[in-house]
Amino acid sequence: MARTELSVTAPGVLRIRRRWRLFQGRRPTLWIGVGIVAVFVFAALFAPFITQYSPEQVDLFHMLAPPGGSHLFGTDELGRDLFTRIIYGARTSLTVSAVAVIIGAVIGVALGLVSGYVGGWVDEWLIMRIMDALQAFPFLIFALVLGAVLGGGIVNAEIAIGIGFIPGFVRIARAQVFLQKETEYVQSARIAGAHWSRILLRHILPNILAPIIVQISLALAGGIVAEAGLSYLGLGVQPPAPSWGTMLKTAQGYLTIAPWLAIFPGVALALAVLGFNYLGDGLSDALNPKG
Amino acid sequence: MLTFITRRILLTIPVLFLISVIVFSLLHLIPGDPARVILGQDATPAALQALRVQLGLTRPLWLQYVLWIGGVFHGNLGNSLQTGLPVAMLIGQALPVTVELAIGTIIVSGLIAIPLGIYAAVHKGRMADLITVFGASIGLSIPPFWLGIMLLLLFTVHFHLFPSSGYVPFFQNPIQNLQSMFLPVVATAVREAAVLLRMMRASLVEVLGADFIRTARAKGILWRVVVVRHAVRNALVPVLTQSGLQIAGLLGGLVITETIFSLPGFGSLLVNSIFSRDYTIIQGSALVAALLVVGVNLVTDLCYGLIDPRIRMGKGA
Repeated sequence: MARTELSVTAPGVLRIRRRWRLFQGRRPTLWIGVGIVAVFVFAALFAPFITQYSPEQVDLFHMLAPPGGSHLFGTDELGRDLFTRIIYGARTSLTVSAVAVIIGAVIGVALGLVSGYVGGWVDEWLIMRIMDALQAFPFLIFALVLGAVLGGGIVNAEIAIGIGFIPGFVRIARAQVFLQKETEYVQSARIAGAHWSRILLRHILPNILAPIIVQISLALAGGIVAEAGLSYLGLGVQPPAPSWGTMLKTAQGYLTIAPWLAIFPGVALALAVLGFNYLGDGLSDALNPKG
Repeated sequence: MLTFITRRILLTIPVLFLISVIVFSLLHLIPGDPARVILGQDATPAALQALRVQLGLTRPLWLQYVLWIGGVFHGNLGNSLQTGLPVAMLIGQALPVTVELAIGTIIVSGLIAIPLGIYAAVHKGRMADLITVFGASIGLSIPPFWLGIMLLLLFTVHFHLFPSSGYVPFFQNPIQNLQSMFLPVVATAVREAAVLLRMMRASLVEVLGADFIRTARAKGILWRVVVVRHAVRNALVPVLTQSGLQIAGLLGGLVITETIFSLPGFGSLLVNSIFSRDYTIIQGSALVAALLVVGVNLVTDLCYGLIDPRIRMGKGA
């Protein structure tokens, strides 16, 4: 019965089913990652519907209230609801990380495609040496220095983190293009007279997406940590906007009297990173079953 | 081998040149007039002009670069805009703290990761392995700066076991030095250990599946001896060299750790200079950080090439 059903199914649907099957079976890492990420994305998208408070609503009568009662995670030094700030912090964190990853992935994959396909001095002596130079700067130091030059704030944090991601994407895309460009389908397209840009975008790119998707997931985790780190140091999101990094910075001054200020934002941060790491690892296993 | 070394060093030259261009450009990337950004809106035209002259901004760009890079070759990274002290001296004073922190982190993470990685690989698929791998994924997800704050909360605020901040040089008082470095080292080492553990486990699992291990087993050698004398020794080579390449990530992480624990290291110098807009220190610190990474990577690559012939035979750009 199943065979008959398959035989009349359109090829596109079959491809989707085949891909879907990769994600089924014993892949707890992947599904735990999906679950955690889904919770954070949901919280970020529907923050106003999840909590009745505003993240910047000061309440001087309930400063440093411990967790419980009407404030699930307690309140901060200005009486703001910590749970609300963590939920809105997820929005900030995911947005900054996502924009940074888009910047890094778009520029990095484009350069990696060109570098791998063109080869020669453009690859070895130009693009890859620029990437070596960029990678020589420790990621956070690079983001810090760029933040210092461009100034603090969300947009500059996104740019600084995004530029830091470029070399990783270049290396992955380039390595994959090296593998693909000698394959028969690429050779056939070349013999048929296809333009190099068409070969790269229509033929090679769709076939190298799997490792890029894995890298995107892992970079999202890195972006969340980088945003929190920059904000902690005062060069990312600026107060009073909610950010897990700025919350932790403030919390350090109240460790003796209000330890919950340091515990909850940190747990949220670690959980979000864990979710994206699991998602990346799970996708890596699912998309590269042999590896 | 000589070709490999020559090629590897030759590839480093354009990288060093590009690093110098990026670092030099930092001052020129500041939107608007760097002198006004540094001195603020209330600065007098005379003060602005004096700073432009001090920074060499009145000269042509190429001449600025040539003079700057000439200074770098002579160990002159300029003077601090705030204190007037030589930047090279300030970095030289701060670097030993960071180096001590880095060495402590590498030792502690190695002591945690290598035995646990071996244990997990040998017990692959069993509960012990699953727990270790799960622990590593948790360790990998905990940002070192949050762990640092939690350690402060637990061991300083709660148990009063360690000082919350401050630094005592090792040769001044070794006990106090170790006390001040313990929490920062643990905070940074957990994540590094998680990375190292995963690498160690993966490398050993691969080696344990190799033919020469099966041969050793078939010869009747004890399993423990096979693991320790044959498998671990082979598995450690890529792990140790790969961990050398992690230096960039480690240096970045130390910046925040030093800030949390108020250690007067390289990271604190950089962060303080950012807030005081001391661009000569920012430039100098960025350059030194990049040179450290390039140097360590070069030595690691060369060592790897020396140990593993496959690397020096390959193309490896």
